[in-house]
Amino acid sequence: MSDDRSGSRTPPDNIGDHLSHVPHAAAIGMQLVEYRDGACVVRVPYAEHLVGDPDTGVIHGGVITAVLDNASGMAVPRADLTPAQRAIATLDLRIDYMRPARPHEDLMVSAECYQLTRSVAFIRARAWQGEDDVTVASSVATFMLGANRAPPPGFLGADDRPQTAGQEP
Amino acid sequence: MKLLRELRAEGRQQDMGALVARIPYARFLGIQVDRKGTELTTILPFRQELVGNVTLPALHGGAIGAFLEFTAVIQLLFDDECVRLPKTVDISIDYLRSGRPVTTYGRAFITKHGRRVANVRAEAWQEEHDRPIAIAHGHFLLDPVDEDG
Repeated sequence: MSDDRSGSRTPPDNIGDHLSHVPHAAAIGMQLVEYRDGACVVRVPYAEHLVGDPDTGVIHGGVITAVLDNASGMAVPRADLTPAQRAIATLDLRIDYMRPARPHEDLMVSAECYQLTRSVAFIRARAWQGEDDVTVASSVATFMLGANRAPPPGFLGADDRPQTAGQEP
Repeated sequence: MKLLRELRAEGRQQDMGALVARIPYARFLGIQVDRKGTELTTILPFRQELVGNVTLPALHGGAIGAFLEFTAVIQLLFDDECVRLPKTVDISIDYLRSGRPVTTYGRAFITKHGRRVANVRAEAWQEEHDRPIAIAHGHFLLDPVDEDG
């Protein structure tokens, strides 16, 4: 799954194939392109089942939502966290859509952590396309650390939402 | 937009089930629409492809977000005929509880319906309506039929 052409260092805890173990990410076709602790780049090849407007072939905004969410979760820095803290939950995700994605082109998402406290990670992300680096959407998200009572093994993504989320912010 | 024009021509402009059946990404998610009078409920039956965490297991936040966005757009199209699908300007999603591997339901409320832009709130729940798993609000650009088409 990891298509690491960037020369970035080997991700910890098999993060490289993390996306292949997330059924929804795999169904959308997300691929991890770059990774370092606190930042990542994910690619989604254009596919017919992602289309939101059959007239134009433009992919649906919900696809962008899913990729921004997933990439943002993977950008939560993990190197200095305890295994318990690595269980994260999305608290909120706000997305601004700048322009429709161009059909028949890969969609790229870059995410980075810009602030980390003991219990919360603040992540911004950008969805873009092409050599001309056109911004399609941008997002900010907050993730609660140590949120999950039943952490899965290995890498914990944006999708690891605990039963307790929202009850103890 | 051809899709909306076709539905209008068939007299099905308020048949939101027919609309989602023609949108590939809505079909991929498996979204259905239930109508009781003027009240719409969107339905997202559980499927393995919607899972974000196999260990819990839990629905992917992106699938929940996309479902809420569809819920908002469907309500806008039901309330007012549009030339094009409403365009999402921004959406903000609060995740309240883990989405369990069961059917999810959605409903949208139009907070303000302007001529060009609408502010919409949407909520998603599973077994209990008063225990939402996620809520969202967003702004959508509209292209009403009476303006240019």
